[in-house]
Amino acid sequence: MNEDAAGGGAVALASAAAAASISVRGLTKSYGEVEAVRGIDFEVAPGEIFGFLGPNGAGKSTTISMLCTLVKPTSGSATVAGFDVNHQRDSVRRNIGLVFQDTTLDTYLTAEQNMRLHAELYGVERELVEPRMRQVLEMVGLWERRRSAVATFSGGMKRRLEIARGLMHSPRVLFLDEPTVGLDPQTRSSIWTYIQELKAAEDITIFLTTHYMDEAEYCQRIAIMDKGVIVVLDTPDALKASVGHDRVMLETDDDDAAIAAIAERFQITARIVEGAVTFGVAAGELFVPRLFAELTVPIRSVSVSRPSLDDVFMSYTGTTIRDAEASAADQRRAATAAFRRGR
Amino acid sequence: MATTTARAEPARPGAPLPVPAVHVPASSVRGDLRAIKIVWKRELIRFSKDKLRMVTSLVQPFLFLFVLGTGLSRLASAGTHGVDLRTFVYPGVLCMAVLFTAMFSAASLVWDREFGFLREMMVAPVRRSSLVLGKCLGGATVACFQGIIVLCLAGLVGVPYAPALLAEIFVLQLVLAFTITAFGVMVAARIKQIQSFMAVTQMVMMPMYFLSGAIFPVSGLPQWLTILNRLDPMTYAVDPMRRLVFNHLNISAAARRALDPGVTWWGWHVPTLLEAAVVLSIGVVCLAVAIVEFSARE
Repeated sequence: MNEDAAGGGAVALASAAAAASISVRGLTKSYGEVEAVRGIDFEVAPGEIFGFLGPNGAGKSTTISMLCTLVKPTSGSATVAGFDVNHQRDSVRRNIGLVFQDTTLDTYLTAEQNMRLHAELYGVERELVEPRMRQVLEMVGLWERRRSAVATFSGGMKRRLEIARGLMHSPRVLFLDEPTVGLDPQTRSSIWTYIQELKAAEDITIFLTTHYMDEAEYCQRIAIMDKGVIVVLDTPDALKASVGHDRVMLETDDDDAAIAAIAERFQITARIVEGAVTFGVAAGELFVPRLFAELTVPIRSVSVSRPSLDDVFMSYTGTTIRDAEASAADQRRAATAAFRRGR
Repeated sequence: MATTTARAEPARPGAPLPVPAVHVPASSVRGDLRAIKIVWKRELIRFSKDKLRMVTSLVQPFLFLFVLGTGLSRLASAGTHGVDLRTFVYPGVLCMAVLFTAMFSAASLVWDREFGFLREMMVAPVRRSSLVLGKCLGGATVACFQGIIVLCLAGLVGVPYAPALLAEIFVLQLVLAFTITAFGVMVAARIKQIQSFMAVTQMVMMPMYFLSGAIFPVSGLPQWLTILNRLDPMTYAVDPMRRLVFNHLNISAAARRALDPGVTWWGWHVPTLLEAAVVLSIGVVCLAVAIVEFSARE
């Protein structure tokens, strides 16, 4: 299954290769024994919204840091906006905008002072500072608040200001590392509105990481990353179609008996996900009547859902994003403990 | 900053203005100068917004000058040959004001790292040396403001407001402020936690202050103290400052010899300019180390 997916990704790679905005070849990064990124290849076309989806600890942030020249790759190469991240660091930096997971604003300063500071650091032509600042601040709805100290801003406003600041020098590629993490659902959706308006207004490539499944659907193409490798790369629709089945979730009186019975009667492997017996099956709504007729275990409730990116993640990695994060955290703890024991 | 934004234009919310494409130029000396200037300016903006810090950083000099100085002068009047003890400790107190403010400015670098702003500077397409230099100059300027406030108090402790004297002291304290900030920035390159930074700098600052001769004359000391005194960079800021002050006082030769003996190396009197050069070179070395440290960071 994984090989098929990789093949599908390669087709997309070839079509984007002509004048890729981001091009990555065999990129790896190790921290001592730990391999954070284990050889990834992909291309991002100019003007694309490209998403990296995966649990915490999958290697997304490490990848973004390498592309932004903040971390040196252990091996492999990458170009961003046509410049090599290993050998043309300054050129890469001049052509990218960055919005980090954690705020990098000076909260003592006003929004305007933060913007001007950025413009000075990036050498924006003096006569363009004012109009460009107005343009990007209006885009994120903060022009009226430009004289306020950033310390008085809410989390969502800070994130918007960071996006505006990242755009101040008209970068060709904008990197957004978890742009909506820690925000409430309403603010998250407004951030996405801004990103899509931005996409319409500017000639820019957007590369983002997220671990929210629903947000990945805003991207034109998605790479699913798990344990340092790209598991699959395609459009959200193609990924969902590739799963090819609906998700059925059951609540029963005896889950173990239900799983055994489903395996015996229908040759389907079910497992318990978030407290419910879960399995994938083609045409779920046609399957449910058979289930009721043939399963002897009492069923309390049943739900059938179309494949979401959650299912995509599950079908390619065999686990939900939440479980993957839990096991990544366990591994980190184990590694730390082993390190402490001096082994 | 206010002048450039005060343009009265009717607000057109939502309507994107026709803005020519911004183009980020290649690295250049001009770009680096702009970076140095904005990092320097940021220090000033932050300092100007922090009124509390301006007031609190004056508490210590006031305590030393007026409480300790006044109190001890009752004990020490026999040994000072008629010179007010507060006049004697004044150069040292001035140096202390600069020392603490400069170190506090350097500490802001550790805060910048903790609150993420350092990253914004580190990813910018400018040389790291520009950022470090801007930070050091900014810290030095802020520390100088503090020094100027103490300079204003000169008359209260019997130091004349002679323009030449004030100018010379100003230059000396500028050099000291730069060196201390550069030292602090060098430490901040390595130490990531604010608590550790504060602990380390306190551990360095207090001995530096007490060994420098800020509160005692530097001749006739026990040998161990003489050696430590001569190794203390601050000695070479306090001593010339005191010499400048005493040049403008009308006092006996005996008092001069006792209170302002001057720093000697194996019996040789170190001239004022060389003393300033010692302070400045230590600053330059610290700056160079700091630049190397920050440039090596990925």
